[in-house]
Order: sequence, then structure tokens, then C-alpha cells
Amino acid sequence: MADVTFTVDGKKLTAPAGTLLIEACRTHGIEIPAFCYYPGLSLQAACRMCVVRIEKVPKLQTACTTPVAENMVVTTESPEIAQARKATIELLLGNHPLDCPVCDAGGECELQDMTFKYGAHESKFVEIKQHREEQQWSPVVFFDRPRCILCYRCVRVCGEGMDVWALGIQNRGAGAVIAPNKQDHLECEECGMCIDICPVGALTSGTYRYKTRPWEMNHVGTICTHCGDGCRTTLGVRRGDDGMDIVRGDNRDKSGINGDFLCIKGRYAFDFANREDRLTKPLIRQADGKLAPVNWDQAIEFAGKKLREIRDARGGGAIGVIGSNRTTNEEAYLLQKFARTVLGTNNIDHHRTADYPAFAAALNHSIEPGAGSSGTPALAGKAEASLRDFASAKAILMLGNDPTEQHPGLAWQIRTNVRLNNARLYVANHELIKLRRQATSFLQIREGDYPALIAYLGGDDSALDGNGEAAKLREAIRGEESLLVAFGSEFRGGDVSALVRFGSLLPTVKFACLADYVNSRGAADMGLYPDLLPGYVPVGAAAHFAEEYGSALPAQPGFDLVQMFDAAERGALGALYVVGSNPIARYGVDPAALSNTFLIVQDMFLTETAQLADVVLPAANLYEKAGTVTNAFGDLQMVKKAADKAGVRTDFELIVRLAGALGADPKKLVPFGRRGVQADFGQARGAQSGEVDRHGVWLAAHHLEPKLSPFDPFAILDEIQRLVPAYNVPHFELLAGDDQHLRPGLVRIEDAGSRRDLVLPSNDTLFSSGTLGRYSQMLSSVMEARKPAETAAD
Amino acid sequence: MSTQSGQPGTIFSPALAARFDKLVTLYPVKRSALVPMLLYAQDEVGYLSDPVIAEVAQRIGITELDVRNVISYYSLLRTKPAGKYNVQVCTNISCMLRGGNEILEHCKKKLGIPNKGVTPDGLFSLEEVECIGACSWAPAAQVNYDFHENLTPEKIDGVLAGYKAANRGTGK
Ligand code: SF4
Ligand code: SF4
Ligand code: SF4
Ligand code: FES
Ligand code: FES
Repeated sequence: MADVTFTVDGKKLTAPAGTLLIEACRTHGIEIPAFCYYPGLSLQAACRMCVVRIEKVPKLQTACTTPVAENMVVTTESPEIAQARKATIELLLGNHPLDCPVCDAGGECELQDMTFKYGAHESKFVEIKQHREEQQWSPVVFFDRPRCILCYRCVRVCGEGMDVWALGIQNRGAGAVIAPNKQDHLECEECGMCIDICPVGALTSGTYRYKTRPWEMNHVGTICTHCGDGCRTTLGVRRGDDGMDIVRGDNRDKSGINGDFLCIKGRYAFDFANREDRLTKPLIRQADGKLAPVNWDQAIEFAGKKLREIRDARGGGAIGVIGSNRTTNEEAYLLQKFARTVLGTNNIDHHRTADYPAFAAALNHSIEPGAGSSGTPALAGKAEASLRDFASAKAILMLGNDPTEQHPGLAWQIRTNVRLNNARLYVANHELIKLRRQATSFLQIREGDYPALIAYLGGDDSALDGNGEAAKLREAIRGEESLLVAFGSEFRGGDVSALVRFGSLLPTVKFACLADYVNSRGAADMGLYPDLLPGYVPVGAAAHFAEEYGSALPAQPGFDLVQMFDAAERGALGALYVVGSNPIARYGVDPAALSNTFLIVQDMFLTETAQLADVVLPAANLYEKAGTVTNAFGDLQMVKKAADKAGVRTDFELIVRLAGALGADPKKLVPFGRRGVQADFGQARGAQSGEVDRHGVWLAAHHLEPKLSPFDPFAILDEIQRLVPAYNVPHFELLAGDDQHLRPGLVRIEDAGSRRDLVLPSNDTLFSSGTLGRYSQMLSSVMEARKPAETAAD
Repeated sequence: MSTQSGQPGTIFSPALAARFDKLVTLYPVKRSALVPMLLYAQDEVGYLSDPVIAEVAQRIGITELDVRNVISYYSLLRTKPAGKYNVQVCTNISCMLRGGNEILEHCKKKLGIPNKGVTPDGLFSLEEVECIGACSWAPAAQVNYDFHENLTPEKIDGVLAGYKAANRGTGK
């Protein structure tokens, strides 16, 4: 739209026609106070805080609803305006309690700030304040009515933003009150959006209420450890008895790929970290068959010695390694390097939740069925979509998956895009997923019909015969000039290639392959596969890896996860090293299968797998370390160390120490201090959480080497960037906390079709998160609270 | 989504159900039928019970919460049973200046119930309400859909007695 020119407080400004005055001012650094206005939500004009004087208009006007106009002359601060705002605050304070000293929002409350600014602390009201007791509406949401200033932000974000519509407003005038959908309680998605958006302390969370004061915490922006969306969450940490405890998770910093959003997991499901039953001492199985605590040296020495014996006696092929979906890229990378160079085995795998090798191959090459590795690269350069793209794309095709449950961040981006930009959303699913409510068209197909659908969309009419809805969908998609295609784990192997091939019929298309956990993508990219090195390089073509590693690598593909357990059952697996994974529960492995295998488990809790271990090493979680993770969309982001727990070590450190105990040279494993500097072992676990990251940013900004210790993940990041060109994104932006989309050309593997399909979707919901989720009290209590309601609805 | 009249599951009489079927088609958005629908439903059922709210929400295609939000806005709409004769006494400015509060107090004593109470025989209920639009003839009260104006304690006694008699007349 054309720009208009107008004057605010004597300054000439320009903004596109149609821009709201409040936004135009904010863009130019002029802050107009607002309680009810919230960018991206419908306009409410309920609070009158934003009033300004516009020349030639008789009364004060609300800047939040007034579009800028040519030659408009505006005053945003004057005695008259200050008086009006002060009067508004006085009215708001009429029934407002004076409980700032105990209110969760105290210190970060917009009402406090405005009262401070306009000085409306003397009330003319002498009437007794209407008091109501605080109510608990759900495990997550508490409501303190007297604090509410009726800005309707919560109502709008829950309805418009979340498409849940669980909050309403009842009665009127001074008696008006926010009400939950089930009269005295809430039945909702428990996202906490309403709590975070509340400008005062009327809505508070079960997690954080009355726990601490905001200024007593450090705030660390890092990446949520749950699903594959990789939302930025800000963790509030406070010194506890044995480290830095996380007391709060929220979304103060809205610069992340999730914008305003966090789901219950990113906001509240950090509580596993503070659990009493967390492992904090290494355990070794004793002669009596019981696990008993030992000190770190004993545990590492023992595990290393056993691994060395088995490797030396039976060869690396007798050892298996299972990696994690929740460790950093550096840790996953290091694990495969350790397996391949120190243990000498390709028996390495992880719980796969999407077929990334097939996806990567499909993006690079169009392989005609049966054309094998010589297929012509007709589709070279087909791009992958970033999560950010879903917030602005004109058209989106969503195939399979249920984003509302499995990718809440993606679902938010899509809903927001549909609501604000009228994006067209096409959904095909075998279930009536909630996102269909935003869809331009929704097609329900049978569960096994996804390949047929792709064939049909590609022009094979016989594939979905006589389906009028499908015909309409195809028509609509073909009319799109650009399209994002996101698909779930319903697509694997050849189906992925077929889908990408279909995309070549469209002018501009980008794809997203959805996986389930925070670093599922990173685990795949970093080579936690028996046949693929980092970047999906086949193990048989390891030349430049061998060169970098300075040692030959095993050239034959190793055992995949299922084969490892088969081998164990046959007695052919002498040792198994499991890092941050619970295959016994996930794959329903019979514990007896491991009776002849020396088992080392590195985890936070005594999981079903850890219970069988000979050595258990207590590990730090993603909130207790630094490094990078890659979300399902290929967005590379830095995680920052927020919390700290005495007694645990990062997986990174544990791998390095274990390698040391096996007699490997840590310098070969982690290329640290190559310029001769070796120092600073303590930095990574400083008392000041986040310190190491700030240190890292400072070093990078001064072109210095931050790689000072063998436990410094950034030394490995450098190596990853050398060996996996897709990861060679600007270092500085990454360290500064900006998400960086991977570069194209991730892989050069050619044939995806022949690989065995081992994708096992986690089928997590909004309130579950694999094994980790079971250790979250908040997630458990929400599931508990919902049980009766669900049976009743059946 | 449209509900057929006489469909199994409607809690309204066939005539009212049919009326509702029509009502939702009369406006550009179904939602506009909400308030009339609630009024008719209240007349038939006596108050807006949970099943009424559920069916109205379903007929219009909004959440029950939305329906409750609207109900709570209007004092005319109630979610608890009222007496057969619902006495609503205005105490807003004009009525207050001309003795509305006295009328209310008088009714409380006479009927032996507090504000929002119902007499044990279910015949009368009492409610203090905001302006009912009869300011020119203040103080005013409304009993069901009848207005009674320029009230005095004596006059309201007569009004109440009249309803009592009318009820006896119906033989119930
Ligand atoms: S927690 Fe989320 S879904 Fe529940 S009421 Fe608040 S905004 Fe709505
Ligand atoms: S609860 Fe908070 S967000 Fe909701 S209306 Fe009240 S003040 Fe606004
Ligand atoms: S959507 Fe995923 S990444 Fe975002 S907060 Fe929820 S679980 Fe975490
Ligand atoms: S911000 Fe403009 S009226 Fe509330
Ligand atoms: S004030 Fe009583 S009718 Fe208007």
C-alpha cells in the first residue's frame, strides 16, 4: 500500500496506508501505552489507555484503532492525555487489590508500570473493594479475579490465536468477569498463552505462582526440549540447593521461530529437571545384581575398560551404540565419531521418527522408480521450508500428521497465517484433525491412501477414482503459484520421493518433513545411522571423513537398532552403549535379550532401559548444556545452558571421558586448542548460568577461538561445519541466538528406496513427550485431570 | 448442523423446535438468533437450564460458553428457576428517587424472601433489577411481561394479591 505522511509529536513520519497509529508510532520508537491492544489479535478498544490527541478531531482518540491518514497531526503525550490515562488507571484500580508484593506479575506488570508512569496511586474511591477468592481452573491455569483489568487479551488469544475458545466474559459493567468454558474449570489445550499475555497477574500458572520474584531469576533464552518444532523458550532460573533450578518457562523473547507461541511443553514441562528421583550419582551393577552408587572415576574407568576388552577381543562389530533425539548436534555427531573411530563400529542408530535420508535424497535427486543411483537430478535444488515460512506462505498443503497435537508450534504458525494473511491451507488426513477448521479444503482419505493421493495429485486419475473432493483439491493446488508442503511420518522411502517428484509439477514448492523430537532431525543429520555418516554420506564413501578424523572408518554398514537387539539375543552383541534413549520401552524389547550384553546407559532417570544397565551414567538435559539443535524444518539454533544440577554431566563430556578411558586421544576426538591454547575447563559449568554463552558470543565477536577445552561443543560445531556443508551457516548469528536455516545440498546419497523402513512415530499428544514426558509432573497432572472428561465424552 | 424439528433429542416442544429451525435461517449469521431463542426457550422451560444452553449452542453452532456469556449479560435471562410470577423491582436512578428501594423492601417483607429468592410454594420470585425503561412512571416493577407503574407499597400489595387470585383461578 502507498505510504502516507503524518506528524507525531512534531516529527514527520511515514507508514503504509492502513497502518494503525499505535503500530506506526511503535515502529518509529514512540511508545503509546496500551493494555488491550495486542499485535495480531482483533481490536478491542476496551481500555482507553492509548488515547491520543489528533488535530481537528474533537475528542481524544484510541491510537489502537485509528489508521494513519495523510497529514494527520498527532500528539501522544500532553497534560490532557496524561490526565485521561491517569483517570483510566484510577478506575482500573478501583477494585484492584494491593497485593503487588505477593503477585506473580509484580515487577513485570503493565498496570504497575503505568501507575508508576502516570502516578494514579491516590484513589478517590472509598467504597469497599469487591473481593473474590482465587480460583484454580486447571492444573495450569489459576484466576485471580480482582486483579483482572478486563482487557480481553486472554479471551482473544485463546479463541483467535489458539482456536480453542475456552475463555469468555460474563456479566457486564463493573461485575464483568472472565469465565472458563466449563463454568468452574477449564477444558482446553493448557498452553498458557492466556497467562503469558495477561498484562497483570490475574491469570497465573500452577507451575510458577508464588514461587519467586521475577528479579530473583536469571532469564535464559534456549530451545524447548520437546517436539520437533524447536520453539524458543525463556527459562527463569534461580540458585537452588544443588545447582541452578528452573522455576519458570515463558516466552518473553518473541524473536524465536515460534513468535508469540509456546505450548504447555515449552512453557511448563521443564519440571522433570527438578525431580527428586533424578540420577545424580553413577551406578554400577554389583555382584549381588543390584545397582549401587559409585564415584565418577570408578564408573568411567569400569565402563571404558569393559568396552576396551570387548572391542579388543571381539572387534567393534560386537558393540552397539544407540543415540538420542534430544541431545545436541555436537553430541550426536561426537557419538557417531566415537562409535566409528574409537569403538570401530558402524552399529549405531537412534529412534527414527521420520525418514530424513529419503527426504534428503529426494530433495537432491529425482529418482525414477527403478532408475537406481543413476537417476537424473531433475529436481536438483528443491528446497526445504523453514518453520518461519509457514507464517507467511500464500498456500500450504498439509499431508498426514496432526500438527495441533504433534507440532503445536507449526499449527500456531499455520493458524496465524490463515487468520492474518488469508493463506490457503489444504489438508489431507485420515483423521478429522483439528487444523481442518482453518483449511480452505479438507480431504479425508483412508490411512493407507497417502501414496494413492500423491499419484492422484500427480495426474494419475485412477489412483483415487471418483473422489470429487480429491479432484477439487488437485484443481486448487495446481492453481497455486507457490506452495509449502508439510508431511508427517505417514510418508517414508519411495513415498517421500514420489511426493517430492509431484512437487516438480508446481512452479515453486518447498517441503517440510516432520519428525517428533527436538533434535530428531539433528540425530539424522549427524549420522546416527548404521549406513550413513553425518550429512547422509554413505559409510562406504567416507574419504573426507577419514582424512579429517585421521583414521580409517569401518566401511560396511553396521546393525540398525532392531538388528542390534537381534544380535544381542543371539549373543553376538558384547556391549551396548545407550545415550538418552529408552529402547526397551519404546520397542518393547524383552529384557532377557540383553542378558549377555554389557549395557551402559546414559540418562537422567532410571528408565526401563537404565534399570537393565551394568553402568548408569547420570546425564544433563538440554536445558543444562550449550550446543546446537536442528528442528524438523532444518532450522539450526543454539541452545544455551540455563540450569545446572550437581552430580550430572553433559552427554558431550561423558562421551569424551569414556573415549579417554578407552585410551583414545581426546584431542583427536574433539579438535580443541589446536592453536595451542588449553584452559578454562570450568567455564562451561559456571555459577552464572548463560555465562559461557555470553563468553562465546564475545569471543566470536572478537574473532577469537572459543574452543578451549575438550568439553567445548563449539570445537565440534566447527568440525561439523567443515564436513557437512549444509551446516556451514554464519557462526556469529548462530551464537547470537538467531535461527539459521540449513543450506541446501545436505546430502549426496543416491538411493533411498532400498533402505529398511524403521520409522516408528512416537504418537505423542499435546500432553505427552516420549519417556521424558512421563517425568513431567505438569503433563501427568493435566492427563490425570482430563481422564474423567474423556471417558464421559466417549 | 441444522436440527430437524421433532428430531429425537430436542428438549423443546415440537412447535418451539420448529420455530427455532426457522429462526436460525432468518438472519445473515445464525448467531443473531441467539437472544430471541433464549427468550422463547425461557418462556417454555421456565429458565435456561444446562440442557437448554447445550441445545441452543448446538443449534447455532457456538460454544456453550458463548451462550452463557450472553445470558449473563442480560438480567432478563436466568439460569435458575424463578417463581411462576417473577417480580422484578427497579431501583435504578429514577425509581430510586421515587421510592424504588422501599418497594423492594416491602416486597421482601411481604413475600418473605430475599432478593433473588423464590417463595416455598414456587409462586413468586423477587429480583432487584436495573432500569426497565419505565422511568416516566417510576417507581416501576415488572412481573413476567406485565409492567406496573407509579407504585406505592399499597399498590404493589394489590398487584401481588391479583396474581395470587389469578393463580387460584387457574385451579393449580
Ligand atoms: S491455557 Fe491456552 S487453551 Fe487454555 S484457556 Fe488459556 S489460552 Fe486457552
Ligand atoms: S485475565 Fe488478564 S488478560 Fe484476561 S482480561 Fe483480565 S487482565 Fe486481561
Ligand atoms: S510446540 Fe514443540 S517446541 Fe514448541 S513449545 Fe511445544 S513442544 Fe516445545
Ligand atoms: S489499547 Fe487502545 S483502547 Fe486499549
Ligand atoms: S430507573 Fe426504574 S424504570 Fe428506569
